[in-house]
Amino acid sequence: MLITCPYCGPRDVSEYTYQGDGNRTRPDPASTDQAAWNAYVYDRVNIAGAHNEIWQHSGGCRVHLAVTRSTTTHAVESVRFANARLDETLSPEAAR
Amino acid sequence: MAEYSALALLKNAFSGNTDWKPAWRKAEPKPRYDVIIVGGGGHGLSTAYYLAKEHGITNVAVLERGYLGSGNVGRNTVTVRSNYMLPESIRFYEHSMKLWENLSHDLNYNVMFSQRGVLNLGHSPAQMDEFAKRGNTMRHLGADAELMDSAAIKRLIPAIDDSRSARFPIVGGLMQRRAGTARHDAVAWGYARGADRRGVDIVENCEVNGFIREGDRIVGVTTSRGEIRAAKVGVAVAGSTGHVMRMAGVDRLPIESHVLQAFVTESLKPFLDTVITFGMGHFYINQSDKGGLVYGGDIDGYNSYAQRGNLPIVEDVMSEMVTLFPSLAPVRMLRSWGGVCDMSMDGAPIIDIGPLPGMYLNCGWCYGGFKATPASGFCFAHTIARDEPHAFNAPFRLDRFHRGTVIDDKGQGATPRLH
Repeated sequence: MLITCPYCGPRDVSEYTYQGDGNRTRPDPASTDQAAWNAYVYDRVNIAGAHNEIWQHSGGCRVHLAVTRSTTTHAVESVRFANARLDETLSPEAAR
Repeated sequence: MAEYSALALLKNAFSGNTDWKPAWRKAEPKPRYDVIIVGGGGHGLSTAYYLAKEHGITNVAVLERGYLGSGNVGRNTVTVRSNYMLPESIRFYEHSMKLWENLSHDLNYNVMFSQRGVLNLGHSPAQMDEFAKRGNTMRHLGADAELMDSAAIKRLIPAIDDSRSARFPIVGGLMQRRAGTARHDAVAWGYARGADRRGVDIVENCEVNGFIREGDRIVGVTTSRGEIRAAKVGVAVAGSTGHVMRMAGVDRLPIESHVLQAFVTESLKPFLDTVITFGMGHFYINQSDKGGLVYGGDIDGYNSYAQRGNLPIVEDVMSEMVTLFPSLAPVRMLRSWGGVCDMSMDGAPIIDIGPLPGMYLNCGWCYGGFKATPASGFCFAHTIARDEPHAFNAPFRLDRFHRGTVIDDKGQGATPRLH
């Protein structure tokens, strides 16, 4: 499985660390809604198909990536910086 | 006379083996049953068997998408053990162990249960302290455990690298002698036959593609072979739990599906007569009756329904095998495959009523479901038949995550890839 890091280029999956389901939204840290926190920590969509997930390029530039990948074929459909603001500074287009 | 016996063998030998009955009928689905079990894996089949045997409920259908043994029950590395840490887990898996010990007799079907022992290797004094604590807990709760030193381990497994200069020298180990292996296909076939003989319909090539609802209540399923209704619908589909439950409108569960790979080498002469696990990584190995070494390691670590994995884990597993057994370096790997594991958020299973009325859920087996096959079916059947959990599965409720009563043997928290 290859994941194309927008900064480093295509690299083997062994350079990356899986950070899990990218469909979750952390509740507002000030929130005391127990059910919302429980759902955030424990509940997963677990899609068979295109799955949004977070990977870290821990063996490379260490940036966090938002990846859409098929859980049935392992084909990587899209990769972008998890922090969208990095597109302006780190992407190859920005570097040019 | 039991259907399978020495006498029956002799009699059929003289009649050219033409009088054997098929182990189970090729049942056509009826329009209505008392109970439908979705998923004809080990757990679904054992549930149907115990529904019939323990609770007298025989108007039951087991619906299997493919053929029996095509899923995880035919893909696991066959290890049976109850060497857990938390009391809830030990009680449940120890009950399973007791059912295993009588299973061939109970089913009149040889599941080749071999109590060859499972040995966890320890590589540091701290790890041995942890083993002593776990062993004591197991013995306190009625399981068996014994600490072994490195000399005893070398006597038991002459091929193992016990040198002091090894990167991770072997200090000792925790042995469960009653643990061991069973022939996984025979477990599926034995339970299928046992359920079939009691009247259960085992319907293969029957894919569930939806649930029939009356209001909130689940009253049946739609399948590739038509509509089937039932008062109670049990779901025991392991790695496909997320996919199947979504059809019922349950789109979030404390489950992630991950892929676990397994490997087998070419056949060797008798080499290893116990199951061992490496303590400084994640690796387990046993030798099958055919002679092949059957082994595996960590899950790949990302969500997957693909039944195949990637190469970094292959390399990792091979390196661990050669660390323990340098003599295996020239042995060729024959096959590798993957299975989809329903990783729960605390590493423990879920056997419960719900989450919708008329529905019952059995999932969250991570990569340890095979050893649980008898107890899982026993407890799930009780839960379905009586509409209340058995004492053994009462701690394994679905709502435990939201109530804060997780059963996290490994203490990893809600990170399924680390369980």
